[in-house]
Amino acid sequence: MQNLEAIPDFKGSPVTDAEVGVAGVSSALAGGTGAKSVREILAIILVAIVIIAGTQMLLIAFKVPQYVFPLPTEIGKALITDFPLIAPHLGYTLVELFSGFAIGSAVGLVLAAVVTQFPFVEKVVTPYILVLVTTPMLALVPLLILRFGFGYTPRIIAVALASGPMVMINAATGFRRVDRGKLALAHSYGASTLQVFWKIRAPMALPMIFVGLMVGSIFGLLTAVGAEMVGGGFGLGNRLTSYSSMIQMPQFFAVILILSILGILIYVLFFLLAKRFASWEA
Amino acid sequence: MSATAFTGPKLRIVNAAKVYNARSGDLLALDRCSLEVKAGEIVSIVGPSGCGKTTLLWSMSGLHPLTAGDILLDDRPVRGPHPQIGMVFQEANLLPWRDLDGNINFPFEIRGEKADRVWIDEILNRVGLEGLGGRFPRELSGGMQQRAALVRALSFKPSVLLMDEPFGALDAFTREEMNRLVEEIWLSAPTTIVLITHSIEEAIFLSDRIVVMTPRPGRVANIHHVPYPRPRSLESMSTKEVFDLFNRIKQEIVGDRQRQPTAALL
Repeated sequence: MQNLEAIPDFKGSPVTDAEVGVAGVSSALAGGTGAKSVREILAIILVAIVIIAGTQMLLIAFKVPQYVFPLPTEIGKALITDFPLIAPHLGYTLVELFSGFAIGSAVGLVLAAVVTQFPFVEKVVTPYILVLVTTPMLALVPLLILRFGFGYTPRIIAVALASGPMVMINAATGFRRVDRGKLALAHSYGASTLQVFWKIRAPMALPMIFVGLMVGSIFGLLTAVGAEMVGGGFGLGNRLTSYSSMIQMPQFFAVILILSILGILIYVLFFLLAKRFASWEA
Repeated sequence: MSATAFTGPKLRIVNAAKVYNARSGDLLALDRCSLEVKAGEIVSIVGPSGCGKTTLLWSMSGLHPLTAGDILLDDRPVRGPHPQIGMVFQEANLLPWRDLDGNINFPFEIRGEKADRVWIDEILNRVGLEGLGGRFPRELSGGMQQRAALVRALSFKPSVLLMDEPFGALDAFTREEMNRLVEEIWLSAPTTIVLITHSIEEAIFLSDRIVVMTPRPGRVANIHHVPYPRPRSLESMSTKEVFDLFNRIKQEIVGDRQRQPTAALL
């Protein structure tokens, strides 16, 4: 996961931060997900077919029982027939993810923008944000459930706590990038602090903000699913524990498939947004 | 306006001093530096590295306030960014997230003014960037980027143009082309230009006067007049006289460096 490269950024000096940040974005933007030719796409599909067909044949050849690993065809069948049963849970997970991520990233972005304006405050706040980043927020879920019950609330809080700091550290790296020449340019026309922020600092931070949103949303998804596995009666995480306890392995793998697709869709979404609004950097 | 009635020097630097408070102690970058620039004159400032040329220019632009002394524009003190002063920075310094039009509009956006499209199109034409308004800086060559920066600086018709080693990053041929362009623009609309450069050739080609500065703390060491008529042709710039002037200026800069070897390191 190359996106995780963005994490150690926070500890370094501002200068290296900027460099690592830029490298992080370009690798995130160009990292194998750039524009692909028809040949490349065909090759990717071919590899998928080989892997799926190969798995299918091996499982049949070695007579692997379904409760160990179901046949790909069974997983596909389960995905189609059981989708109406799984769909509402997908909805619950998405609600948790969107609300938690919206809260977390909004707070993270505002904090990053404010804190980077005051180097002293930033130095004081940094270790605490780092603690939030490195602590698995899943560990807090049982505690949150005790306080807030089995509904959405504890999971939304967990998602916000997991994604917010991630958005913040990356955005802070972006806001910390100072280009003396560009600031001087704005000042030479008499720009106000607010104009400098919106017309220089914010656009310069944008590529790192997208990296933060991308990593933060993926962390949010992981936390949402994990929180549903810890306790409660709904969501895709709950489906995973439920199907595995009932040894309904095709359904279990169908849910995993849905989660992978969801993760890829989120990645692609932010990739496209970054390409549209921050392509000048790559 | 009194500016039209005023006949003294366009720009006056009076006893300028600048102290930087560095961690390793205070640093005197400029000391008792005085200079006058007439309206419509092109003055180049050359000198050893670290002699305070850039400090002086940034003070003139109002970006870095002086510790002591005065910068006067039309006899009025400059105390901060001035609408009559245009600045061309080292490297093009375009905003990479804006296209060419967006970059040229930037000064007007900041000042909340409306851009003079007719004038801007005219200078875009003159520098050969017409029809490229939708291009982003990364889609332009180094020379085109610097031309765009020139257009941006001229877009609001400043009466003084300050250029801080504007063509240092360009290759020799592009640099000559840019020098010719500046001359051409100046001939059609003479503005007061103060140019910092490391290239003595560039200074001789463009200037009416060349100011040689001392090593830090920077002060005016000598002023050379360059009396040749414009446009200056390749031939008029390759005479023995010009060559001697080049050597004299070089000697003054390098000689200073030999006497005070630390200046080169700074």
